[in-house]
Amino acid sequence: MWQIRFHGRGGQGVVTAAELLALAAFTDGKYAQAFPSFGSERMGAPVAAFCRIDEKAIRLREAVMSPDALIVQDATLLDQVDVFAGLAPLGYVLINSPQSLDALHLEEFLSTLPNGHVFSFPASDLGLKYLNRPIANAPLLGGFAALTGLITFASVESAILHKFPGPIGEANASAAQEAYEYVTTHVTVLRGDCP
Amino acid sequence: MTVQIEGSQAVAETVALCRPDVVAAYPISPQTHIVERLARKAAKGEIGRCQFLNVESEFAALSVLIGASATGARTYTATSSQGLLFMAEAVYNAAGLGLPIVMTVANRAIGAPINIWNDHSDSMALRDAGWIQLFAEDNQEAADLHIQAFRLAEELSCPVMVCMDGYVLTHAYEPLDLPNASQVDRYLPPYSPVQVLDVTAPVSIGAMVGPEAFMEVKYLSHHQHLRALELIPELTGVFEQHFHRRSGGLCTPYRVEDADIVVIALGSVIGTIKDAVDELRHEGVAVGCVKIGCYRPFPKQQLRALLEGVTRVIVVEKDLAVGMGGIVSADVQLALKGPVHTVIAGLGGRSISKASLKQMIQAARGERLADPHFLDLNWNVIDQERSPRRDTRRAGPMAEQVLRAVNAIGVKLI
Repeated sequence: MWQIRFHGRGGQGVVTAAELLALAAFTDGKYAQAFPSFGSERMGAPVAAFCRIDEKAIRLREAVMSPDALIVQDATLLDQVDVFAGLAPLGYVLINSPQSLDALHLEEFLSTLPNGHVFSFPASDLGLKYLNRPIANAPLLGGFAALTGLITFASVESAILHKFPGPIGEANASAAQEAYEYVTTHVTVLRGDCP
Repeated sequence: MTVQIEGSQAVAETVALCRPDVVAAYPISPQTHIVERLARKAAKGEIGRCQFLNVESEFAALSVLIGASATGARTYTATSSQGLLFMAEAVYNAAGLGLPIVMTVANRAIGAPINIWNDHSDSMALRDAGWIQLFAEDNQEAADLHIQAFRLAEELSCPVMVCMDGYVLTHAYEPLDLPNASQVDRYLPPYSPVQVLDVTAPVSIGAMVGPEAFMEVKYLSHHQHLRALELIPELTGVFEQHFHRRSGGLCTPYRVEDADIVVIALGSVIGTIKDAVDELRHEGVAVGCVKIGCYRPFPKQQLRALLEGVTRVIVVEKDLAVGMGGIVSADVQLALKGPVHTVIAGLGGRSISKASLKQMIQAARGERLADPHFLDLNWNVIDQERSPRRDTRRAGPMAEQVLRAVNAIGVKLI
């Protein structure tokens, strides 16, 4: 079973991102569960959401304490919240930031993770480009599909279009597509096994 | 059709298929998504002749339904926490009048301190109001229980509360088989009341009943609940024939054959407990669990039959009878006529982890559980708070101080 934890701020669509990932996994024929964090949810406040993906039905309801993958929607959280708490030794990390891991002072900290498991890219810029808003969740999911191979891009796209029918969904899908291609091009190291 | 859907949306879709005539509700988290979806569907005319009423309070919501139900309408509402308490008087009235209203309670803690997250304090506060109380393990069951609830309510002339864990279920996206209209229609016949309020043939209901008959009326309520103990297994059997899956029921065992230890619980925590049971079984511990799916009426005999020969019983419950301990465990103790361990867990939405449950079960085996045991209680904070208070005579709110202590000690992760 994969356990994925999303970190963001209230209003950035963290819960929606977890739901979209679950929907994409479901479309791929897997079992998935997504649920919001057990914390205060206010606009701008740090929030988390969780997703589990498995080949069999999921019964576990606890908060994700030992994630196999982290998606960080807002890099300013890195100084405020212990986003890496419990991360699996072979886990994946995807961060929305225009800065490199080095500039984020994470290069050394995350050096124990396998090559190709950690990546940062300016997902908000893709939101601005396609949606005129710095919404990063669709591009992050496209990037996540490329980074981990856990879900197919076709399912990410179909999840987005299902959740947001019409032009908004199409713009989100385009942003996700560019992110998928960007991460595929920039993460050259072959992926390791499932954490 | 199997879909990946939020629990609240699945419940709303299923309730709509039950063709309610009147839905009245007042928003309160975490129940809101259910009635929002129903309101949208009713406005679009997708629920037949259903009237959706926005009311000024929960008290009004249930009062409207009492009136509507008395005219022969199939009625539904949903609420949580303080909302349920605010309608308390009407909750008793609906049961006393024998009106087959169905209500979802998206279970949430009761303040103060204000807290919007899940535990079972709200439903437990009204457990003796005369409503049947069903608890859902997952969202498939939450949806299915509503179909069963309308039929049960109307066959018994007794209101039914479907309890589902707030956020943990209401806001969880998971796959479930959403029923279709013809399936539901075949299982749930139209409501045909024995007596209705009708302006052309006026009668009154809710008459004053004095000491000469009040006890008899109350006994008949109790009798209806005893009948429910027979009817529920029957209706879940019919449900299985129609929908090809097991949902609901009085109490459901999991790996209890040859078990020395059995964990009893209500609601969604059963999923995590089952995973803990599997791992402990793998480690050689003879453990199982039982889900209480129907808490009122309480299935005493069925529980006793399931737990025959079990040496150790642990009740994990998301509520607290302050000054006493467990609420469910007191009932279980009465049913089994033997000792049980009480474990208070998950109050105010605290995540109940598989690791903590396993540790607790091992502690129970070693006779190391306090009575009651509070799962994952932060004793540092408790000790810090209670030591100065022992010697000083002070009164007043303490929540903020506890919050400061928690942050100072740094247990907050996310």
